[in-house]
Amino acid sequence: MKANEIYDKLKEEFGDEIIDLVEDEISDPFINVKPDKIDDICLFLRDGEGIDFDYLTMISGMDLGDAIGVVYHLYSLEYKHSIVLKLQVPKGNPDVPTVEKIWRTADWHEREAWDMFGVNFVGHHNLIRILCPYDWEGFPLRRDYKEPEEYHGMKVPY
Amino acid sequence: MKEKKNIDVAYSLLESDRMRLNVGPQHPSTHGVLRLEVELDGEIVTEVVPHIGYLHRCFEKHCENMTYPQCIPFIDRLDYISSMSNEFPYVIGVEKMAGIEVPERVEYIRVIMAELNRIANHQIAVATFGLDAGAFTPLLYLFRDREFILSIFEKASGGRLLYNYFWVGGLASDVHPTFKEDVLDIIKTVRQTNAEIMDLLVENRIFVERTANVGILPADVAINFGCSGPMLRGSGVAYDVRKAAPYSIYDRFDFDIPVGMGERGTLGDCWDRNIVRMREMEQSCRIIEQAIEQMPSDGDVKEKVPARVKVPKGEIYVKAENPKGELGFYIVSNGKPKPERLRARATSFVNLSVINDISKGYMFADLILILGSIDIVLGEVDR
Amino acid sequence: MGLLDRLDNPFDGGGIALGYVEDILNWGRAKSDWYLQFGLACCAIEFMAVNAPHFDFMRFGTIPRTSPRQADYIIISGTVTLKMADRIKTLYEQMAEPRYVIAMGSCANSGGPYWKHGYHVLKGVDRIIPVDVFVPGCPPRPEALLEGIIMLQKKISMQDIFNKRKKLQAKGITLDEKIAVK
Repeated sequence: MKANEIYDKLKEEFGDEIIDLVEDEISDPFINVKPDKIDDICLFLRDGEGIDFDYLTMISGMDLGDAIGVVYHLYSLEYKHSIVLKLQVPKGNPDVPTVEKIWRTADWHEREAWDMFGVNFVGHHNLIRILCPYDWEGFPLRRDYKEPEEYHGMKVPY
Repeated sequence: MKEKKNIDVAYSLLESDRMRLNVGPQHPSTHGVLRLEVELDGEIVTEVVPHIGYLHRCFEKHCENMTYPQCIPFIDRLDYISSMSNEFPYVIGVEKMAGIEVPERVEYIRVIMAELNRIANHQIAVATFGLDAGAFTPLLYLFRDREFILSIFEKASGGRLLYNYFWVGGLASDVHPTFKEDVLDIIKTVRQTNAEIMDLLVENRIFVERTANVGILPADVAINFGCSGPMLRGSGVAYDVRKAAPYSIYDRFDFDIPVGMGERGTLGDCWDRNIVRMREMEQSCRIIEQAIEQMPSDGDVKEKVPARVKVPKGEIYVKAENPKGELGFYIVSNGKPKPERLRARATSFVNLSVINDISKGYMFADLILILGSIDIVLGEVDR
Repeated sequence: MGLLDRLDNPFDGGGIALGYVEDILNWGRAKSDWYLQFGLACCAIEFMAVNAPHFDFMRFGTIPRTSPRQADYIIISGTVTLKMADRIKTLYEQMAEPRYVIAMGSCANSGGPYWKHGYHVLKGVDRIIPVDVFVPGCPPRPEALLEGIIMLQKKISMQDIFNKRKKLQAKGITLDEKIAVK
């Protein structure tokens, strides 16, 4: 299935929640969605007839200045098509519903997005840091992050 | 005469506590710095919580501050056992976005090096899996063979373990004059040693008893958890990126995808994953033989390497079949010489998340075997 | 007959050899040093290759031990992150004296390729434990690691055990000024 066919199916099911489809020559096509109903959209994508996105490749965070973006890459093993979903949340209130119950691999990807960017996934059963130590402060991959001067008595900068 | 007392014990009053054991970051069999918090009921595992991050080296932060060619040494250090396979998807992605077409000879050398890397990686995987089960000798045989492969990499790129060899648009340097004969010699040695290892380790009755029916991963659980590589193929799902979405020149070669079939036990157990790795080594030998035959004998490998890599605005997700599974890179470019965001979709990070579900109900010694069969490398898990 | 008759030709047909107790103890410590099996990152793979048949370093008397209480020295092979640094300090303190440290690879020496933007990387393991031998390389060749181990053996065979306080005082160092006893 091509990206615009998936976009049409999503648009007729969810209407306003889907913003637009962006296609480019060299880029992969992606669909912008609103963050509130992402779990329903993902359930439709996983179970829909002929769509069947049963493989969540990854969830990434992105720092977009005054907003934080979350990018979902989906793939279907049977039909061999893929799609990219993107959403944006404001930096002051980064709440996104979790898709952990739909694909169990989202558990660790969401924990990493929380650790690196501070995206709060509502409904996650265990949203704690995964890569940085449990008492680390700050979200390292944001653009305005300053590395700490010392940690547990050890000097951090070179 | 003493009468026999009739003792009635109410077994429901006997309570046993669960114990939390720490298989800490320093442990001979955790394949690196991984901490497992294991909850045990006697000897039986009831819950496993992995704690990772002990090797978090800030890979994504570095890549946002380096130019596109400068990122390649950092990408090497992701899966440090087979470094050239990591560089493969990255250079293909950047070349696709920048519109660079590489010469034929470069494509063939890249495929041969990637398949040699696959053999080297599986040699370590099988060797350390045997070591976890208690067999020390296969490790010595496989490491000896691995040295022959490493000598070829050293003659081509200068390094034994970390190469910086695949450049955007070509290669760092050409191969040495006796490359073809050396590689064919190595294939012969690999096939001989693999036959010995099948006899010594894989078909060994003790090994089969230890690894069959242990760590069973059903196919739908594997797909839901996003597993890839020998973990997914060991459960019967024939998904290989080289056949599903062919990249480079893989569609010119004739090879099979080995899939686990539950020969010695249930489908998806540790023995299946191991035999998939052994058979993949044989398929890699086939690909290398075909590539050596078809390879053009002249051509400049640095012909299309640009002085400055200019990538137009856009984003792309490229993936390739790393020896451990599907390795992907999400490259976002905004037209500047440094990438805006480079995210690595690491195989071992996703494969490791499944360990809680597949090790419930087995003994503690089996947990070490299950961890060995997942075949993780901590450089990828923590990046 | 007996020992006294052989005092004139001490080495003829197996006799008496004389030496300092210090030399004999140092010889024992240097030629059978047991290391703690501890691999962090990429350098650990080179370390496993040194163990393997091609370069074989068990012929130098080194055997892997899994517990720090039984080990003589520790080879820090790989990047030390801040999360791991606390655990390395605990491991070092658990080792019994005399104990030594080899820092292998440029990540353990000074942070390696991650020195510039690594917010989670400790720039050199000598910020937390005292190091005896630094082996450069990324990763170092197996021959380089073997040279590092032989250098450590030479260092051990030259160390002072008895009358250390007098010798240090002769050099002008009092016990209060000494930072680490090697």
